[in-house]
Order: sequence, then C-alpha cells, then structure tokens
Amino acid sequence: MSDEEHKVEYTTVSIPRPLAKKVKERMKGTGFASVSSYVTYVLRQVLSSIEEEEHSKQAFTKEEEEKVKQRLRDLGYID
Amino acid sequence: MIQPHGGTLINKELPKFEKERIIGELKEFKKLQVRPETIKVIKNISFGVFSPLEGFMSENNYRNVLEHMYLENNLAWPFPITLDASKEEIGDLKPDDKVILTNTEEIPIALMNIEDIYSYDKKEYAEKTYGTFNRKHPGVDSVFNYKEKLIGGEIFLINEPQPVFPSLDLKPIETRVLFKEKKWDRVVAFQTRNPPHLGHEYIQKAGLTYVDGLFINPVIGKKKSGDFLDEVIIEAYITLIKDYYPKDRVVLSTFETEMRYAGPKEAIFHAIARKNFGCDHIIIGRDHAGVSDYYGPYDAHKIFDNFPDLGIEPIKFRSFSKCSKCGSVVNDKICPHPPEMQNFFAGRKIREALQSGNPPDPEVMRPEVADIILKYENPFVS
Repeated sequence: MSDEEHKVEYTTVSIPRPLAKKVKERMKGTGFASVSSYVTYVLRQVLSSIEEEEHSKQAFTKEEEEKVKQRLRDLGYID
Repeated sequence: MIQPHGGTLINKELPKFEKERIIGELKEFKKLQVRPETIKVIKNISFGVFSPLEGFMSENNYRNVLEHMYLENNLAWPFPITLDASKEEIGDLKPDDKVILTNTEEIPIALMNIEDIYSYDKKEYAEKTYGTFNRKHPGVDSVFNYKEKLIGGEIFLINEPQPVFPSLDLKPIETRVLFKEKKWDRVVAFQTRNPPHLGHEYIQKAGLTYVDGLFINPVIGKKKSGDFLDEVIIEAYITLIKDYYPKDRVVLSTFETEMRYAGPKEAIFHAIARKNFGCDHIIIGRDHAGVSDYYGPYDAHKIFDNFPDLGIEPIKFRSFSKCSKCGSVVNDKICPHPPEMQNFFAGRKIREALQSGNPPDPEVMRPEVADIILKYENPFVS
C-alpha cells in the first residue's frame, strides 16, 4: 500500500473569521502549529466528554455485582 | 466512580451456550496460533482493561493511532494493538471470515471476526511508536520480529487464559465493585515493574494522602533481561503491604501485559488501563516505562498535557532522595541541599547491591523487602 493511501483524510470546516482570529490569539505560546490543530484538539475534548456522559450508565447489573462480591470474598479482598 | 475509557466497560466474553456451540464446531474454523503476549492482549480486551477496544486494530485505527494517538472514534490511544500473522498462516483467510485464535498448546482462546488484513512498514510502526527504530530498544525489537501482515477485527473470548497469580487476578468489573464496596470514590493507581524501594513507598503514600485508596498494580508479563522476575515483585509487595500499609486503603492486583518500554506513550497506555480498572488518578514518576536513554526523564509527565480529555489525572512525581540535612525524603523541587547530601533511590545502585548478594542501604530499601529478593538465587529475568 502506498504512503498516499495510508494518510488520514481531512475535511474543511468553516468557522467565523473573528473566532479564527481569537483562536489564533489564544494559540500563542502553546505548542499548536495551526488553527486547525487547535480546533481539532478542542473538538475532541468536547466530543469525548459528551460521549462519556452519554454512556455514564451503570456498567453491571445487581446480579453481576453479587457474583463479583462472592469472588472478592473468596479471594480475601473483602470480608 | 470514573467511567471506563469511552464510557462503556467492554466485555467480549461469550455466554456459556455460545462458547459450547463454537467449541462443538471447532473443526469448521480455521485456527491461528498466537504468542503468549497476544493471549494477554486477548484477555485484556475481553474483560475491558483495554476499553474501548473490542478487538485487534483495523488498518484505519492502526493509522490513526500511529499518526495522532487517537482512535477513529476520537478517543485517545497511544500505540497500536495489533495481531500479526505470516502469509502462510493467513492462507486464504479474508475479511468477514472467522478464525479461532489458539495458544501455543492449541487451546482455543478466542473467536475473531476478520475485518481486514493489511501490510505495514515495521520501521514506521517502530519509529512512530517508540521514537526510534534502533533494535536495541526491546519494544522496537519486538516489532521487527512481528510477522509480515496485520489482521484487524473484533474478538470474542471462548476460554479464559489461566492467570499467573490467580489470587491477585482482578478484572475491571471486579476492581470497580471492590472500590465501591470499600467506599473509595477516588483511587490512585501505581504502575510498577520493580520490587518496592522506599522512594516508591514514599510516592505511593504521598499519592494516597489525597485520595481514598491506593491500587498497586504491577505489570506481569514479558520483560527485558535484567528486570525483576514477576514472583519477586509480587512477594516483595505482599511483604511490604503486610507490615507498612493500612490494609483498608490498599489493593494489590496484577496487570498481565508485556512491558513495551515506550516511555511517555506507555504512560498514557498505563493510565487508560487503570482508568478502566476504576482509578481516577495515576502516579507518574521519573522516566516512566523508559529504557536506556531513549526518553527524557520527564517526557512521561509532559505528554499528559496533550491529553486533557483522558479522564484520569496524572500525579507527577520527580525523583526522590533521602536528604541528610533535611532528615527526610525530598526531591529537587522541595529541597535546597546539594547532591552530596542526598541518598538517591537509584535503581542501578539497588540492583548492583542485590546482584552482589548484599542488601541495599536500609535508608533506600526496607530490609524485609531486600530479604525477599535475596532469597532468590537469581531474582532477575535472564
């Protein structure tokens, strides 16, 4: 497979010019090389926290929990 | 309690009836024998230690992770988790086929739905993961020993691999219930591949001071020559905890995975795994998961600045020493005294003492721990 095929694809997203200017100001002194990389970083943060919130339901049922507790007792982790 | 990475604790263990059905139809599946380290990966994926991964990385995820340290779904992940195979082993396997992954004794461990089979450049894999393609780096050497193709796809556990230390083998669902039972809201994880010296004890207890519980989680698995044997590490910790730690505040459990020595990237990996175990903090010391001088001493601290979305917080510690003037354990940030007043907790010095059959300075390692190590004829990986 060629290097070209390996590249991750990008697309263009428009943001208001004043916002881009603000981002540019905010980027000063950070390690970000471009407005795009800064915006990607911010979006990842936002999306990840939304996704985590959406999935914030209990990961196991009461029955599973009881079974786990028994094993923890057997191993001596709880009394 | 902190949510697993991606919000859902992955469970790829098949229900009993499904396992029985597949085992009954084993003859109909192609088999692929995998190495012991890969068996550990399968177990970790299956029980959610590697959440959100549900299998071995497809080419898209492989590329994303290698280039950006993010999965396709925008979750941070530091390096590829891949399954390699030779052209001969792959034979006529193709995407959408199912294959049984077996251990070296040909016991079926997992069923895999093949998503893709792809070529890769070993040098690129090594360099982008480890920052070097020097084969003296143990992680790089492993990559160069991989077979020529990678196979991506979801896995389903059929037979749980036997743990190395059964009484210390906890899955994320179990640690999560355990922490809840202990009423620990905030838990700090300690990653280690060494028996504890007093510097380790100091940073663990300093970390514990600010949270509810301490999760000591030694890495058990393939390590480089000269590292300590797994059983030495475990026995040393059991001894130390028994005499010097508050029992209701500490849990010791194993994390079965190979050491990759990827330095800062491995620190992120260690943090994600501990997040899945239910820890919201992780101690990151000097030269975390480093080897030789491939990484700067505090690279593993700095890398966390690039991942504010990780969820788990690093507690960054510098190297510690015992200062004769202060009369206490210090680090260069808090102590003004010169190096000649410091007794450093240097792994090299400790190793040299132990190699010559002598206990290290008791200011550096507790005699009880030294006794455990010294009772082994050779406490090191050959």
